[in-house]
Amino acid sequence: MRTIATLTRRELAAYFASPLAYVFVVIFLTFAGGLTFYVGGFIERGQADLAAFFQFHPWLYLFLVPAIGMRLWAEERKTGTIEFLMTLPVGAGQAVTAKFLAAWLFTGIALVGTVPLWITVSVLGDPDHGVVATAYLGSWLMAGGFLAISACVSAATSNQVIAFVGAVAICFLFMMSGLDLVQAAFRGWAPDAVLQAVRDLSLLGNFDALSQGVVDARNLFYFASLIALALVVNTAIVEMKRGR
Amino acid sequence: MQPLLELTGLTKRFGSILAVDRVGFAVARGEVVGFLGPNGAGKTTAMRMTAGFLPPDAGSARIAGFDIVDETRAAQARLGYLAEGAPSYGDMTPDALLGFVARVRGLDGATARRRRGEVVDRLSLARVLDQPIETLSKGFRRRVGLAAAILHDPEVLILDEPTDGLDPNQKHEVRTLLSEIAGGKAIVISTHILEEVDAVCTRAIVLAGGRIVADALPAELRQQAPNHNRVTVALDADHRDRLIAALRALPNIADIAEAHARDGRIRLTARPVRGAEILGAVRAAADSAEVPLDEITTEHGRLDDVFRRLTTAA
Ligand SMILES: Nc1ncnc2c1ncn2[C@@H]1O[C@H](COP(=O)(O)OP(=O)(O)OP(=O)(O)O)[C@@H](O)[C@H]1O
Ligand SMILES: [Mg+2]
Repeated sequence: MRTIATLTRRELAAYFASPLAYVFVVIFLTFAGGLTFYVGGFIERGQADLAAFFQFHPWLYLFLVPAIGMRLWAEERKTGTIEFLMTLPVGAGQAVTAKFLAAWLFTGIALVGTVPLWITVSVLGDPDHGVVATAYLGSWLMAGGFLAISACVSAATSNQVIAFVGAVAICFLFMMSGLDLVQAAFRGWAPDAVLQAVRDLSLLGNFDALSQGVVDARNLFYFASLIALALVVNTAIVEMKRGR
Repeated sequence: MQPLLELTGLTKRFGSILAVDRVGFAVARGEVVGFLGPNGAGKTTAMRMTAGFLPPDAGSARIAGFDIVDETRAAQARLGYLAEGAPSYGDMTPDALLGFVARVRGLDGATARRRRGEVVDRLSLARVLDQPIETLSKGFRRRVGLAAAILHDPEVLILDEPTDGLDPNQKHEVRTLLSEIAGGKAIVISTHILEEVDAVCTRAIVLAGGRIVADALPAELRQQAPNHNRVTVALDADHRDRLIAALRALPNIADIAEAHARDGRIRLTARPVRGAEILGAVRAAADSAEVPLDEITTEHGRLDDVFRRLTTAA
């Protein structure tokens, strides 16, 4: 536990030691705000809620989260620091967990940067704070899901560009698995149960419920198990590729 | 007593390259092993396996009794390892890095402070403590890596080219440091600087093509040089036959070569059997044969020559 905390602290500090953190937060806030106001019609809707804001999160995350996740392992491998890390008395699982936690906390910090929007809505109207809070939770969980997938892909390569593109592709499939694009690939040959199962795997579907303020244990369980599974796979990849 | 570091039959293959081929040796407390070998000999690969970074295809390594594959963390806790090129997090300062390593290694606050002070002092890092590592010069980066490796005062040290890129003063300083701490530890350093072997190592292991081709004391290695303890004398050509006869009578002389100098004098070079010490015997033989010698010199085998012979034959 202590080791994980130490590693997480180091990782988190690394974000703020480089311009990465600031660039990311600024871009995230700009896009989140811009999309909400111009594309989402936040003002025109005239409603005291943040639906216009949250509906774009999956799309923002699709590109921004792999941008964070791509470096987690690929960079360590490229610069050789992975040899430094893995010859300290640190387990691969601990390192995987710590890197994920630090990156996830970081996306959380970026998300907290959007709270002024919430305050604005509260001043202008009377939003359902429970719904907004749930939507924030859902958004953060979704970021975690994307992140865990991206970290996994990053562990498989020392090339950050490959890590990014691969992560975007896989995240896209997970996001879309409820939609026709992916469903069509299964329809016709796979039994209905599989079709349904694939639909249940959809990040989008699980996020939608939360973003509307519905706290369903199944959605929470979905994100928790997606993250846990990705971390287990991530650890296996790191162990397998040790020193290569 | 159990050796602090023990490698047995370590083997690693990369595709068709047999990088390390059944490498085995044991290092006792107090020993400093110089790990030598030409580029690509497999030194780094062997060290990586020993440090638990690379899984061996066959064989095993034990650090202070702990198997590096089965008890990785216990073994690594007792090991200080400097990887080739001293990789470390460029965005951190040496100060932050040492703090991080101390926490990961579980040093308590007081010990961490004391040890940090010691290594910063010994490796002269005070000046660069707050400068990001990526902006440090190569030698300073190496010293930071070294500081991180010895911070927890480990029983076993494996250092891959620890003095590469250091200036002469720092090379000296690091060698002194290693000699000083060697008493309670088992140390393995890889190096291409053969004088380092004389300066710090109590033993030399030479690797070539992934295999150990020599494992000896530095002095023993030197004896394998073809010119070790050769004695050359200069004398008047008139005395040549007398001296050769006297030298032939000595037991330890393998052969005698001769060369003519311009001034009518002659030079005889006697090569000893198996690098034996013959200087005194040659001088005594000349005395008793009443041959006046204008000059007498002896040579010492150079590790370079031995190294070349050992590693080009294979
Ligand atoms: N990850 C790897 N993949 C493929 N081959 C490798 C890998 N690492 C090392 N090798 C090969 O293994 C052999 C031994 O390399 P190693 O780095 O151990 O040599 P070395 O003795 O440390 O050399 P140097 O003195 O140049 O540091 C070389 O032929 C090298 O190309
Ligand atoms: Mg090497």
